[in-house]
Amino acid sequence: MTYLSVQNLSVRIKGGGPLLRSVSLDVAAGHVHGLVGESGAGKSMIGRAILGILPKAVEVVSGAILLDGVDLLALPPAQRRVRVGASCALIPQDPLTALNPSRRIGRQMTDRLVDILGWTRGDAEARALALLAEVQITDPARVLRQYPHELSGGMRQRILIASAFAAEPKLIVADEPTTALDVTVQKQILKLIAGMQVRHGTALLFVTHDLGVVSKVCQSLSVLYAGKVVETAEVRAFFAAPQHPYSAALLAATPKYTDPDAGLHPVPDAVIAAVRAEVGHD
Amino acid sequence: MALLRTILLRLVTTAVTLLGVAVIVFVVIRVVPGNPIAMMLPPGATGEDIARLTALYGLDKSILQQFLIWGAGVLQGDFGTSITARQPVLAMVLARLPATLELSTFALLMAVLAGGAAALTGTRLRETKVEGGIDIAGGMALSVPDFLWGLVLILLFGVLVPVFHISGRVTPSLDLPFITNFYLFESLVRLRLDLTLDLVSHMFLPALSLAIPLAAIIAQLLKQSLKETMHLDYVTLARTQGYSEASVIWREALPNAVLPTLTLVGVQFTFLIGGTVIIERVFSYEGLGNMAIDAVINRDLPLIQGIVILFAVLFTGVNLVVDLMYATLNPRLRHG
Amino acid sequence: MADGRAQVRRRAGLRLWLAGGWLALLVLVAIFAPLLAPKDPLEQDLFAGRLPPFWLTGGALLGTDSLGRDVLSRIIYGSRIALTVAIVSGVITCLIGAGLGLLAGFWRGWVDVLVSRFIDIWMAFPPVLFSILLIAVIGPGLFSIIIAIVVIDWTRFARVVRAEAMAQGAMDYVASARVAGRGRMGTMLREILPNVLPIIVVLLTLEMGIAVIVEAILSFVNLSISTDDPTWGGMISEGRASIHQAWWVLVFPLVTLFLTVLSFSQLGEGLKDRFDPVLR
Ligand SMILES: Nc1ncnc2c1ncn2[C@@H]1O[C@H](COP(=O)(O)OP(=O)(O)O)[C@@H](O)[C@H]1O
Ligand SMILES: [Mg+2]
Repeated sequence: MTYLSVQNLSVRIKGGGPLLRSVSLDVAAGHVHGLVGESGAGKSMIGRAILGILPKAVEVVSGAILLDGVDLLALPPAQRRVRVGASCALIPQDPLTALNPSRRIGRQMTDRLVDILGWTRGDAEARALALLAEVQITDPARVLRQYPHELSGGMRQRILIASAFAAEPKLIVADEPTTALDVTVQKQILKLIAGMQVRHGTALLFVTHDLGVVSKVCQSLSVLYAGKVVETAEVRAFFAAPQHPYSAALLAATPKYTDPDAGLHPVPDAVIAAVRAEVGHD
Repeated sequence: MALLRTILLRLVTTAVTLLGVAVIVFVVIRVVPGNPIAMMLPPGATGEDIARLTALYGLDKSILQQFLIWGAGVLQGDFGTSITARQPVLAMVLARLPATLELSTFALLMAVLAGGAAALTGTRLRETKVEGGIDIAGGMALSVPDFLWGLVLILLFGVLVPVFHISGRVTPSLDLPFITNFYLFESLVRLRLDLTLDLVSHMFLPALSLAIPLAAIIAQLLKQSLKETMHLDYVTLARTQGYSEASVIWREALPNAVLPTLTLVGVQFTFLIGGTVIIERVFSYEGLGNMAIDAVINRDLPLIQGIVILFAVLFTGVNLVVDLMYATLNPRLRHG
Repeated sequence: MADGRAQVRRRAGLRLWLAGGWLALLVLVAIFAPLLAPKDPLEQDLFAGRLPPFWLTGGALLGTDSLGRDVLSRIIYGSRIALTVAIVSGVITCLIGAGLGLLAGFWRGWVDVLVSRFIDIWMAFPPVLFSILLIAVIGPGLFSIIIAIVVIDWTRFARVVRAEAMAQGAMDYVASARVAGRGRMGTMLREILPNVLPIIVVLLTLEMGIAVIVEAILSFVNLSISTDDPTWGGMISEGRASIHQAWWVLVFPLVTLFLTVLSFSQLGEGLKDRFDPVLR
C-alpha cells in the first residue's frame, strides 16, 4: 500500500538551473524509506516539496506528489496546506532553531492541535503530556511550562519528535534528525524515532547521509545524486549488491558495511531489536 | 536577581542624567544677558523697583546659592513661581501636561498601528510591488520632519478638504464637564462620545504629523526583523502544521520581531515627545510645548526651568520604561 | 540579483541628480538674488496687500502678503538666509562634533568618558525646546541660530564618528601603522580619518537639511532674525495665521522649504548608498 508517491518531480531555481531532475520515490504506509545522498544532493528539497515549504526562489517544474492518491501539486494552496497539516509532520534537522524562543513548549506543542485540528485545550494538553512521557522526558508537566532556551539540544529534539507524532500523522519526514546533535545523544534519538515509528505505525521518509543509519532504521531506500535518484532498492538487497556505481562507492566509503554480510540484520527485525534494546537499557 | 540589578543601575544613571540636565538648564538660563525682571515691569519702573523684584525672585544671589535653594524646593515639590503668570510653576505645568501626554500617546498609537500594519503587509507581500511601494513611502516619510508634515496636513485636510480642526484642543463653545485635564480619557470614561469626537478631530492632524516619521521607522525596522525571522526553522515548521502564511507571520514571527524593534521605538518615542513642542505651536494646541515657547519668548525663567526638567523626566522615564519592558518581555533575561 | 542592484543604483543615481539639481539651483538663486527678484523683498504696499498669484484675477507673480510684500521676491531672498545657516552651521557643527567623536573613539580614556556622558545628557533634552531656550538666552539673530544649531547638534556627529572610529581603531591596519612607527595623532589623522570621512560627508549633508529646518522653526516662532527680514519660516508663520484668507502666503514658501529639506536628506541618503560597499 503506497501512501506517498513522488512521480517524476523536477524542481529548479527560478530562472536558474535544476535542483531535482525527475525524481520518483514511493513510501509504503507504515514503512520506513531512507533517502541517502551527499550534502547538497537535494534531499531536503524533496522533503520540502512534499510538505509545501519550498524556498521562495525555488519552483516545481513538473511532476506529481500523490499523498494517499491525491496529487498535492494540483490542489489549491489553502487545501494543500490543510491536507498536509492534518496528515504529515516534519522532524527538523536542527532542534536549536526549530522551536520558537519566545513561546512556552506547551503552547508550541498544543496550539496547532487546537487551532488547526479543533481539539479542546484540555485534550491537547493531556496528549502533550502523554507524548512527552513517551519520548522519555522526566517531569513533562514542568517542561510544558518552560522556554526552549532552558532545555538541551537532545531534550528539544525529543520535544520536536513528540510534536511530530502528536496528531497521529500518516507520514513523517525526518530530515537528518540527528546530524546537529552530540554523538552520544544521536544514538538515543535514533532509537527513539525508530521505536515511535513502530508503535504508531507511521510511514517515515528518513533523510540522511549516513548509510549506517539507513541499515538500522529503513526497509527500503533511494540514493540521490545531484538531484537525481540513481538507485531505489530494498535495504537487504542494496547492502548485498548495490546496482549503481555511485551507490557502490557510497557503500564502500561507509567502513562498517564493506562486507555485505557483517553486522546486517533483516528489517524490520532490526527496528524491533532496537526498540527492545532501548526498553531493556533505559 | 540580575533583573533587579539592571533596574537599580538604570535608576542611578537616570538620576545622574537628570541632575546633569538640571544643572545645565540652570546655568544656561542664568548667563542670560538681559534682565528678565526689567522686562516684566512697565517702562516707567525705577531701579529700586527692579532691585526689589530681583531680590523677591532670588536672582540677586550667586548661581550656586540659587541652584541650592531651587533644588531644595524641587525636592519638596516647589518649582518656584512663574514670573509672568504669578502662579506656582508646578501647578501650571501639571495642568498642561495631560494635553501633551494625550497627544503623544495618541500619536504613538497611530504610529504603532500604521507602522505595524505596513510591516505586516510588507512581509506578507514581500518581494512584490507592494513591498517596494511601502519602502518608498517610508523613505519619503522619513525625509521630512514632523514640522513640515504638520503644515502640509493643515493645507490638505484643514483647507483643501476641511475635515479636521487645525487649531486648539477642543471647540471653545462646548460645555466641558471634566474634572481632570485628561479630556480625551475622561470623555471616554463618561461615555460623552460627542466630546470624544470633537477632541479627536482636533487632535488628529497634530498627532498624525508626529506619527508619520515614527510610523515609517517602525515599518522599516519591524519589516526587516520579520523578514529575517521568516527564514527560521520554527517558522517553516509552523507552515507544515497547516497554518496559513498570514497566521505564521502573526503567531511565530511577530513575537520575536517585536523585541528588537521595541528598544528603538522607545528612543524614537522620546523624539516624538520632543516634537510636540513645535507641533503644538503649529496647531495652536494648548499643551506643555506651546506653553514652553511662550515662556521662552517671555523669558519666564522659573517656568522654563520647570518645563525643561519635566520634559527631561519624560524622556528619561520613557527610556527607563522601555528598558524594563525589554528586560521583562525577553524570556532569556527573565529566566537568566 | 545583479539586475536588482543595477536598478537600485540607477534609482539612487536619479535621486542624487534631482536633489543635487534643486540645491544647485537654490545656490544660484541665492547668489543672484538681487538680479532675479522682481521686487524689493522689504517694500510694503498696504494697498496691494494679499494679492493672489498671477493666474487668479487681480493677481501678480506669486501673490503678496498682508503688508503687500512680494512673496516670490521674499522666497528668493529667503534662500540666502537658509543656505547661509545650512552651510555655516553645518560645517562648524561637523568640525566640532566629528573632532570630538574622533578623539573619543580613538583616544578613549577620560576624553571618551566625558564626551559620552555629555551625549547622554544631550539626549535627554527635547532639541526644539533646547534651541528655543538657547535663542531666548543669547537673543535672536542669524548668529544665535548658528550657535544654537552647533551647540545642540554636535552630538549627531560625535555619536556616529565615535562608534566608527572605535570600529576602525580595532582593525589590523591601524595596528600595523602604529608598528610602522606612526604616532597616535598621525595614525588618527592619516589612517582613521580618511576611513570615517565618507560617513562625515553624509552626516554633513543631512545636518544641512536639519539646519534649514531649525532656522525655519525658529523663524516660525519669531525667534529668528527680525520679522521684517525675508525668511521662509517667518513667511510660513504669517501664512499659517492667514491661511483662510491668503493660502499662497503659506503654500509657496512651504513648497520651497519642503523641496529643500527633502533634497538635503535625499542627497545624504543617496551618498550613503554610494559609499556603502555592499551596493558598490
Ligand atoms: N533557498 C534556496 N535557494 C536556492 N537554492 C537552494 C536553496 N536552498 C538550497 N538550495 C540548493 O539546492 C540544492 C539542494 O539543497 P538541499 O536539498 O538542502 O541539499 P541536501 O539536503 O541534500 O544537503 C543545493 O545545491 C543548494 O545549494
Ligand atoms: Mg539537507
